[in-house]
Amino acid sequence: MAAVDTDGVAKQLTNRVRIGDSAFVATVTAAAMIVLLVTVGLFWELGSNAFPAFAHNGGLAFIWNLRWDPSREVFGAGTFIVGTLITSIAALIVATTVAVLVAVYLVEIAPPYIARPISTAVELLAAVPSVVYGLWGVFVLGIFIRDIGGPVIVSTLGWIPFFNGTPLITGMLSAVLILSIMILPTIMAVSRDVIAAVPRNQREGILAMGATRWEMIQLTVLPYARSGVLGAAILGLARAVGETLAVTLVIGNRVAIPTNIFAPGYTMASAIANQFTEVENSMHRASLLEVALVLLVITFIINAVARFLVWKVTGGLRVAVQE
Amino acid sequence: MASTTWAGADPLASHRARRQLIDKIMTAIMITAAIIGVIPLVLILFYLLKEGIPGLSLDLFTSDPRRPGLSGGGVRNSIIGSTIMVGLGTVIGVPIAVACGIFMSEYGQNRAGTMFRFLVDVLAGIPSITMGLFVYSLLVLPMQRFTAIAGVLALAILIMPIVARTTEEMLQLVPRALREAALALGAPPWRTILTVILPAAVPGIATGVVLGLARISGEAAPLLFTALGNQFTSTDVLHAMDALPLRIFVYAIGPYDDWHQKAWAMSLILVTFIFAISAGIRWVSRRGAAIRH
Repeated sequence: MAAVDTDGVAKQLTNRVRIGDSAFVATVTAAAMIVLLVTVGLFWELGSNAFPAFAHNGGLAFIWNLRWDPSREVFGAGTFIVGTLITSIAALIVATTVAVLVAVYLVEIAPPYIARPISTAVELLAAVPSVVYGLWGVFVLGIFIRDIGGPVIVSTLGWIPFFNGTPLITGMLSAVLILSIMILPTIMAVSRDVIAAVPRNQREGILAMGATRWEMIQLTVLPYARSGVLGAAILGLARAVGETLAVTLVIGNRVAIPTNIFAPGYTMASAIANQFTEVENSMHRASLLEVALVLLVITFIINAVARFLVWKVTGGLRVAVQE
Repeated sequence: MASTTWAGADPLASHRARRQLIDKIMTAIMITAAIIGVIPLVLILFYLLKEGIPGLSLDLFTSDPRRPGLSGGGVRNSIIGSTIMVGLGTVIGVPIAVACGIFMSEYGQNRAGTMFRFLVDVLAGIPSITMGLFVYSLLVLPMQRFTAIAGVLALAILIMPIVARTTEEMLQLVPRALREAALALGAPPWRTILTVILPAAVPGIATGVVLGLARISGEAAPLLFTALGNQFTSTDVLHAMDALPLRIFVYAIGPYDDWHQKAWAMSLILVTFIFAISAGIRWVSRRGAAIRH
């Protein structure tokens, strides 16, 4: 009777384990590579299809050229970029102001039975589809601005530059307000988590020294949360820059630098959404893809900066889920 | 009298009063901001109900759109199309995303993993319209036609970062002892992950999947240049297909009152669906957590 080859059995078992493990590692790594490929592919596909437009539109001049005339094959993304910047930055200012105040209120002041429903109500805004915002923006907000809000602004604030114009259903003001509402939940939720992450002893210390609640917020909570709140705001900015259908519906889609808050305009995303299915020539299509590439690069950078700031504060957890 | 003399004698009294006044004013401002923050949701829901309910009818679900300008008809094509594309997009995107989440959690606790996690987070913030154009260049241009499968791919890409990050976080939350117990019993790492750790994280991952599904079911931008839209009911993934958000967009910019009413009704259906599944999964997961503890 030969002795049982224990070494052999052990080796066989180890091998089986090794094969299983390597197959498993290979599978999950492959899945991760798909995500990597999508990211690289995004830049590559947009870049290669926009390639003919690079030379035709004069390289970087594309970014500041204000003329966009598909029938004459003149393409400059200047007005779209300006429109995107104006609407997103204005929306960012409005939304961040409200969001940070709400976040501080929820964390520092409101009792749980008030904080929870308000939190939920603002977060639910993130679940409303873009196109529904657009519909609401045209038929409720737009009509309100044309008939009531706009005339009131013109008669009271009309002396301020840019506040005087003809209120229409669609225009910059509608776009800014809609964007503000849309990015409010992102900024509020992240700010709230960042503010909640401020250590307790920071608050207790200053309260023990006799500070009022607002002084505590102003002198310890906000400075401590500053970079996280900034990250939250930039996340909101990224969302505003890339927001498409709601803006397409409410901004008025006119290739011109807006001269007042009621004037129609255009953003990069709305130009793509509005024109891509009805391109007049192949250069038009390539140029729209070039716009998309610019948009992609801008949002990629903004997102990277925002994530970096938020990660630094919250330790990398819990933020991605709230998108 | 005594108290006034005290106040007069206290050099800090007016200063303190001023500080307390500022405190009260700022509190009032914050409460106002909270009210302002809630108003948009109230207004949107109010108008969705007010404008949407009159447009609801059985026809909306059972018949295709009629020729532009004619009243009547429905949006069966969009409802069926949305169901197919969102369903397939989830089915394709979720397994890849879960595997990717396992990669990040189990093999990504290093520098490269951190970089990768960062990339996934950034990917989650890329505008959905650029995803649509990416798939357009990838599938629509070579195939020379708009197909539902292109729309499915765009939606699958959109849901991936959401589910991948949720999976990773949920795997990280599984107690260490569970992992150590399985390994100590001789289970190889891959079996430990697949049969012990992953099942423990399933409720959390399911929440992420449902929230991702809610997100992609409202997306129209990635479908504009991929699935395109179709005014007839189609179940063929190699042809153009309609979707609710796409049709809302088309009807919202159209000139007919009937279209606008249908756009409101479709929005009501869509938002009800999204809110219902989001609230449903939150309720289920909260209840699950309560039972386990």
